This record gives sequence, C-alpha cells and structure tokens, in this order.
Amino acid sequence: MRAIYKKELKSYFSSMMGYIFIFFILLVTGIYFTAYNINSAYPKLDYTLNAVLFMFLVAVPVLTMKILADERRLKTDQLLLTSPVNVWDIVLGKFFALVTIYAIPVVVICLYPLIMSQFGTVSMFEAYTVIIGFFLLGCADIAIGVYISSVTESQVIAAVITFGVLFVSFVMAGISQFFSTAAVTSLICYMVLVVILALIIQNMFASKTIAVAVGAAGEIILLVVYAVKSTAFESGIQKFLSIFNLAGHFDNFASGILDLSGALYFISIIGVCMMLTVQSILKRRWN
Amino acid sequence: MIEVKNLVKRYGNHTAVDGLNFTIEEGRIYGFLGPNGAGKSTTMNMITGYIASTSGEVLINGCNILDDAEKAKKYIGYLPEQPPLYFDMTVREYLQFVVELKKVPKKERETMIEEVMDRVKIKEMENRLIKNLSKGYKQRVGLAQAIMGYPEIIILDEPTVGLDPKQIIEIRELIKELGKNHTVILSSHILSEVSAVCDYVLIIAHGKLVASDTPENLSRKAFEDNSLELTVKGEQEDIVSAVESLEYVDSMTVKESKEEGCVDLSVKTQNLEDIREELFYKMAELHHPILRMQYIRATLEDIFLELTEQPEDVDRSGLEELNTESGEEEDHESDL
Repeated sequence: MRAIYKKELKSYFSSMMGYIFIFFILLVTGIYFTAYNINSAYPKLDYTLNAVLFMFLVAVPVLTMKILADERRLKTDQLLLTSPVNVWDIVLGKFFALVTIYAIPVVVICLYPLIMSQFGTVSMFEAYTVIIGFFLLGCADIAIGVYISSVTESQVIAAVITFGVLFVSFVMAGISQFFSTAAVTSLICYMVLVVILALIIQNMFASKTIAVAVGAAGEIILLVVYAVKSTAFESGIQKFLSIFNLAGHFDNFASGILDLSGALYFISIIGVCMMLTVQSILKRRWN
Repeated sequence: MIEVKNLVKRYGNHTAVDGLNFTIEEGRIYGFLGPNGAGKSTTMNMITGYIASTSGEVLINGCNILDDAEKAKKYIGYLPEQPPLYFDMTVREYLQFVVELKKVPKKERETMIEEVMDRVKIKEMENRLIKNLSKGYKQRVGLAQAIMGYPEIIILDEPTVGLDPKQIIEIRELIKELGKNHTVILSSHILSEVSAVCDYVLIIAHGKLVASDTPENLSRKAFEDNSLELTVKGEQEDIVSAVESLEYVDSMTVKESKEEGCVDLSVKTQNLEDIREELFYKMAELHHPILRMQYIRATLEDIFLELTEQPEDVDRSGLEELNTESGEEEDHESDL
C-alpha cells in the first residue's frame, strides 16, 4: 500500500493537478472566510464552510478523474494487478493519497479559528467540529470520485459522471421536497424501487424466477405493512433520499455538534465506495 | 513450475483460449508461438492473474493464481505487450516504485535497482523522464520492471516487437542470459526468434495448443516432409513407370509441365533416402533428359504455417495477413 500511496502523491505533485486542487480550495474558502469572518466579524465557521461546499462539485472530479481510469487507459494496471499486492491495498493506497492532498488545505483552514481568536472570543470546540465535518464530507466525495474513476477508461467520462453524482447529492434536499410527505406517495415510490431492485437482480443473476420472487415478495410486504400501519410510511421517501444527501449530514457538524452518527455515515459512504471500487476492478477480470 | 490445466477463456461467443493444457518446467526458456489473435496474450494474462479464466486453472508452484494470488504473483515477473510505464516518472523513480511494489526488502532495494539497470543497460537514462525515451529504451525499462525482485518465472509478451535489429539481438542475448537462472516464457509470432532463443516451443493456433516440442525435434519433423521436384523430358508413362521401379520411392504426384513434351514430378521417398543419383542414371539409360532436379525440404516456417492455418471455414483475409506478415519478418531477418 505504501508504494502506491507514495507514487500517487508524487505524481499529483509532479504534475500541476495537486497544486491546482489545493489552490482552488484555499482560494474559495479564503474569499468566503474574508467576507464572512474577517469583514463581517462573524465568530463561527459554519456559514463559511457551508457556503463553500459547491466547490467540491468541481474540485473533486478534477482530482479523482484520473486516479484509476488512467491506469486502465495506459495499461499500467497490468503492472499493479500482476504484482504481489492486494487489490484493497491498491485502492486504499490511492484513496489515502488523495485524502492526504485534501488534508493540506484543511490544515490551513485549521488556522482560521486561531486567526479569528486574535480579534475576539471564538469557541474552539465548535470551530474544529465544523472543520472535522468538512474534512469527512470531502473524503466521502473523494471516495465517490474514486469509485466512478474505476468504472471507466476515460478521464472525461469519469469527471462528468462524478460531477453529476455530486451535483444530484448536492441538490438532494431540494429534490426530496418535490415529493409529498403523505404515506401513499412513499408507498408508490417504494414499490417502484422494488421493481428496480428486481430488474437489477435479473440483470446480475440472469434469473427471471429469483427476480420475480423478490419483486413479488417485496411488493406484498410493502402492501401488508401499509395496510397494518400506514403512518410508518409518512415522509418515508424523504428519509430514503436523505441517504444520498451528503451535505445534509454536514449540518449537525456545522452547528457545532460533534455528530457521531454523522461521522459514521461518512465513514460508511467511504467504506461502501472502496468496496465497490475493489469489486469493479476484480469484476473486470472476468469480462 | 507452472501447471496450466484445461484453460478456457470466452469473450461472449468468441472463444479466445480453448482448453489449453501444459506444464512449464523450471530453468528453461519457453516460446509461445502463434499468429496474431491466436490467444498468446490472453493466455499470458491468465497465467499472470491479470484476467480470470472462464474455466480451468493455473498453478504457480502449486499456488492457484486467483485464490492464492499474492503468493503466486511473487514468483512471476511480467512484461505485457505494452510496457506498463508511467510516463511522468524518471526511470529511477519508476524502478523505485516497482521495487517497493514487488516487496523487495528495504536494504536490498538500491543495490537491486543498480544491478537491474546494469543488466538491461539503462543506467545512462536513469534520470530521464520515461515519456522522452525511445521505444527500445522503453522496452528495456519494461524488461527491468519484469526482472525486478528476481522472480523465478519471467513472462515476456512479444519482447522484441518494434525494436531495431541491433536492439533485437541485444534483447535476445539478455533473454538467453536470464534463462540461465530463471524460467522464461516469451511469446512471439516470429518463428526464427523462438527457434533462436527457446529450449522449448509451444505453438498455439485458434486458442489451442497444436504442437509442443523442442525446436530441434520440430525441425526434424519438418525435414521428414521432403520431396524431390523433377522436370523430365519424354513420355509420361515411361517416366512414371521408371521412377516407380526405383527403390525407396514412397509416393509421387505427376503434373503436365509448362515446357512442351515434359513432365513435372514430385517424388517422396521412404526414410529420407536420397535417390538422386539412381534417378539420374535410370533416366540417362532411358534417354529421358532431366531438365530440373531440386530437393525441397520443408522448413520450420512451413510447419508453422501448416499447423496454424485455419482448419475449416477458411478466413482468407486472416491467412493473407499471416502470410504477408511472415514475409515481412523474413525481410526483417535479412536486415540482420
């Protein structure tokens, strides 16, 4: 893992990519920090870091697009996959290299509370809680980018898809308001999801019977639960969609709460993305 | 030792590798020979664990390449068709990365890099960026990567493709030298290369193993396939009965000659017996002048072509490609 970690880190700093990423993050946060915290003398970082989250939509795809797609295009993955290293080591080595690059501007952001404390009282605990949440959110975004880079050979496609996914996640709070909170809306949405699940199963296992069985069982369970206790479905679709709302899980951190469930959420997102990345690399060998 | 058992690889309906079975013994140089698209690279990719087989298994010193991957891959150094190089690194940086990737103990790393650079003669390029190197040097850096960590088995996919004649000779010398301490498997569609370098040849066509033997034995088989070509002036019936009366004559084909009043013969003899003198005196006796007499021996090239030609539903375009290609290679060889 160390070999790959070192190599990635070196490659990002021998090309412009690493510097551009760091520069961009520092530029955007610096502008908002100056506007909100210095000029308006607001003593907390919550508004500042909440306002800059849009920059991940651009910065993360640019950072992650080549990480695995390029290995495949240049066929250097032949070296990695025929060397005595585990696929997990390859993926984690690359992910941690990206996290390290991202950690550099975050360390600089850690100086902001110290700067603010020169001019008044600042709650250090709250300030650093916001920064921890900000760091975790960025890492989760990077993990998504790493996964998407592993499914394609083209950097451009990887960047565009990553942007799309992060964008949808970014506006998820708004999307979930399209749906009414009534129980019947959730029921219909869940039923559609079960159908999609059944289609995925049919695609994966090429078995119609399993797909139909799962689909039918799912629909029946949904209808039974709805008949028995329809209140369980109220605003259900909103809850479901909030799983994909990464920025929403940053809200508690932003209000200065060290939110363990939020941290666990981000770590789970990272874990799931890493697992999917490993699977997509392993799966390619069978095609 | 590599054991390949019943290896099959299918891409959709296309079968790239179809039930390969062979064993690679230690300390020899093996050559994979076959026309383009015969399944050489696919087989090598499966042996090295880059792709998985549809069925069958590969055992490297008893370790399955898929289930016991890390252990099995430690025994192998692989140079794919396209050297896996990072263009933005210098040669030394790249080799430092590879040596760590191959899990060479920290103390030995620097000396090993120096040794390997000496062996493949890239020492003078160590601080150049790989993207600025010529094709030959890139190939050598790829080779350095494959022998890094001195694995027991070194697998090289078309190691001399695209190199100039001098570089080809150098790489071949290097492979021969590596063969003294390692098991080497190389693939090629150039017959002369395989027969020059390898101790053992595996000929693959359409994903199947069609022959496996030492180059000497393959040549011997080729020479068994001899024939004596003649153009004789005179009556066809007389000549045919005269030739048939000779000893050792096995079979004969007769054709009308382009020259008027002449007969073209192609005679095969038993046990490679040379009947040229007897034939001469016999024809002289009957006053049938021999206008042409030529002893034709099948070459390794013929054997190769015969073995790898399409069995049924002849795909002409593919065949022509193969023929022109082997023609090109011959040109190449004469350059040497």
